[in-house]
Amino acid sequence: MAVALILLLVAIGSVLFHIYSPWWWTPIATNWAYIDHTINITFWITGFVFVAVIAFMAYCVFRFHHKEGRRADYNPENKRLEWWLSVGTGVGVAAMLAPGLVVWHQFVTVPADATEVEVMGQQWQWSFRLPGKDGQLGTTDVRNIASDNPMGLNRDDQHAQDDVVIENGDLHLQVGKPVKVLLRSVDVLHDFYVPEFRAKMDMVPGMVTYFWITPIRTGTFDVLCAELCGAAHYQMRAKVIVDEEREYHAWLEQQKTFAELSPAKAVVKATYQPGGK
Amino acid sequence: MVDIPYEGIRGIPPAEVPDVELYHPRSWWTRYVFSQDAKVIAVQYSLTATAIGLVALVLSWLMRLQLGFPGTFSFIDANQYLQFITMHGMIMVIYLLTALFLGGFGNYLIPLMVGARDMVFPYVNMLSYWVYLLAVLVLASTFFVPGGPTGAGWTLYPPQAILSGTPGQDWGIILMMSSLILFIIGFTMGGLNYVVTVLQARTRGMTLMRLPLTVWGIFTATVMALLAFPALFVASVMLLLDRLLGTSFFMPSLVEMGTLSKYGGGSPLLFQHLFWFFGHPEVYIVALPAFGIVSDLISTHARKNIFGYRMMVWAIVAIGALSFIVWAHHMYVSGMFPQFGYFFATTTLIIAIPTAIKVYNWVLTLWRGDIHLTVPMLFALGFIITFVNGGLTGLFLGNVVVDVPLSDTMFVVAHFHMVMGVAPIMVVLGAIYHWYPKVTGRMLNETLGKFHFWVTFLGAYLIFFPMHYLGLLGVPRRYFELGDATFIPSSAHSLNAFISVVALTVGFSQMVFLFNLAWSLFKGEPSGGNPWRATTLEWQTPETPPGHGNWGKELPVVYRWAYDYSVPGAAEDFIPQNQPPRATQLAQGAAS
Repeated sequence: MAVALILLLVAIGSVLFHIYSPWWWTPIATNWAYIDHTINITFWITGFVFVAVIAFMAYCVFRFHHKEGRRADYNPENKRLEWWLSVGTGVGVAAMLAPGLVVWHQFVTVPADATEVEVMGQQWQWSFRLPGKDGQLGTTDVRNIASDNPMGLNRDDQHAQDDVVIENGDLHLQVGKPVKVLLRSVDVLHDFYVPEFRAKMDMVPGMVTYFWITPIRTGTFDVLCAELCGAAHYQMRAKVIVDEEREYHAWLEQQKTFAELSPAKAVVKATYQPGGK
Repeated sequence: MVDIPYEGIRGIPPAEVPDVELYHPRSWWTRYVFSQDAKVIAVQYSLTATAIGLVALVLSWLMRLQLGFPGTFSFIDANQYLQFITMHGMIMVIYLLTALFLGGFGNYLIPLMVGARDMVFPYVNMLSYWVYLLAVLVLASTFFVPGGPTGAGWTLYPPQAILSGTPGQDWGIILMMSSLILFIIGFTMGGLNYVVTVLQARTRGMTLMRLPLTVWGIFTATVMALLAFPALFVASVMLLLDRLLGTSFFMPSLVEMGTLSKYGGGSPLLFQHLFWFFGHPEVYIVALPAFGIVSDLISTHARKNIFGYRMMVWAIVAIGALSFIVWAHHMYVSGMFPQFGYFFATTTLIIAIPTAIKVYNWVLTLWRGDIHLTVPMLFALGFIITFVNGGLTGLFLGNVVVDVPLSDTMFVVAHFHMVMGVAPIMVVLGAIYHWYPKVTGRMLNETLGKFHFWVTFLGAYLIFFPMHYLGLLGVPRRYFELGDATFIPSSAHSLNAFISVVALTVGFSQMVFLFNLAWSLFKGEPSGGNPWRATTLEWQTPETPPGHGNWGKELPVVYRWAYDYSVPGAAEDFIPQNQPPRATQLAQGAAS
């Protein structure tokens, strides 16, 4: 029976494709293997249901397709069967939801020892900022943005002076160190997306959003924008490089602080004002 | 087993439903153009939706040409690509699927299936279509205005939707918002009609629990649409004000192309909440009519009652209600308060339960049936496969933490195309093969129909199933070109090219369908009044196609539910809803 066979082949073909296709997630580079595990659990449960439903359907088509003289059963309801199927579905749903919520709890709970890094999106480039020696990021305001202050730092803020500002460069992270990635945008929505990190979050003008990761292997990774941000959305790229501790510090030494990047006059003003009050 | 069918004779309301005074068209114009007859309005809605849908189909070809063979077609640039995806999405979701299911099938089937002469407000019903047509024309006009249509994505997220970095910022976005506002006005006029007609104009004996599931699906979807569209309406008005008058509902302080803009203090997330408060129910506004219709297709062509009718009705209602508290699952990575994730993941996955019940009951209806593999039945089977597939991938995206890596990738594109693109369109096509004989009095050609089915079903599956794996790999959506990215192997580009070739093939096979529609209108085999030997009222009309007023002199009286197929002891394998029980059963009913 050709139709039944084709239906069955769709199910079998899907499973074979899943197993043998070369397209699978990228090798993970952060602590979020939990997310991959949850996806795998979901694949098992949904895969089972998918094959079961289609195999049953194909069997029905094979066994009960019209022949001369066949008459269908009359069978309006079966309360027991319907309840058992509902309960079984509920169990399957719970088996996916429970681990999902546990991992979500981890995802939104930033460890206390995470250091902060800021990523700023604008059409169509990435900028990065590290807190500098004092370990604190200075405050920012969109209204401060100027050609000599592309990230809009407050010149009056002491914490801002030693912030490391990386415009149009690559971001380096240290392997094994948890990092809270603070995200903001100065124009439209963007999304800081590194496939190997698994974590991602939109960047919204007027807000600061975040996610946290612990990089677990060194390497160079592509940064893409994952939220449509206008004409050159697809070209908004950068790189993140995860280093061992020594390389990371060597890189950090070479970066310029906000104070170093500022024109001399502004630096004087910045250091003068707090002292004068 | 519960004996639903014969419980019913006492359920007939004691009072006669008063027959209504019908308006009467006096000229060709009022009969065929400015018609107040729901059947004519249904055809008008369907033809308009199909026409604009063909535009969306052509846009999808252009998108696939670019995605499959980047750099080959110099007439597609990045701006145009964004305009194509935006218009394709908006047209398919709103102007095609919503309009076709509610304006098309709703108008044609509700009065006939509930045994009414027409919609209760025929004049408003006519206005509904003309406002819809205006909305479509305004939308289509954006292709011809300076700057072209908006390229903000069908979600139209501000700030970018109204800023200069996005194509169509001049006229496109303004006309898009205007068109949506018009659409919602037109829909509201039609929607009130459908709801009031189902509640007030059912014929004698047509209790709510005897309605065919098609009517339940369209009715529930309409109620939902009346509650959900206002959120889109206010969002559209507010975005229009932000764009035209410089208000800042959705606009914080921001830099536009290097200079500080005049905006300040608004919230981009507010728009997303309003949009998805509409947008998620919208998924079910498209899905529920499909659920209802496919239930009737399966039952009729398997010659068996739908399994678990009452559970099916409650599942429709439960899905409709739950769909109003899941909207933020579209916003897990939007930057909203992260603790919301627990609630929305839980509600979203709970919806899987009533939805799964529906799937079980469809396949259990096939069990020990007498399955006629007609074209409508084939499309129903195709629907089950694509819907189950797309529904199950929804469990990935609904489960908040699993959504984090997958959101904004091709996995999402594959998921929603499978579940609310391919699956409902399978039902639309099956339903057209099923009801075309009632509308025209002629059958569609079956050989062409089977060709159309296999190419469409297998092709669509080959397009969207592998696409999930591109998303799993990490390929982002809404990309004009993937460019250099180390994580994307060259095999992924080959897969993209393969998908494009299949997509073009499936697209062209729709031309066979259009040809079939036109050819069968004149050359199709005459169908008679009830070619599928179905039970529901629309097949029992005195004339085919049904005349003005549907029922001749007397309204039909309903004695049974819509699913008396293969009743033991009955001579035929179907008993129409308006066939009285035999005298003995009447006596039994009176005695008990």
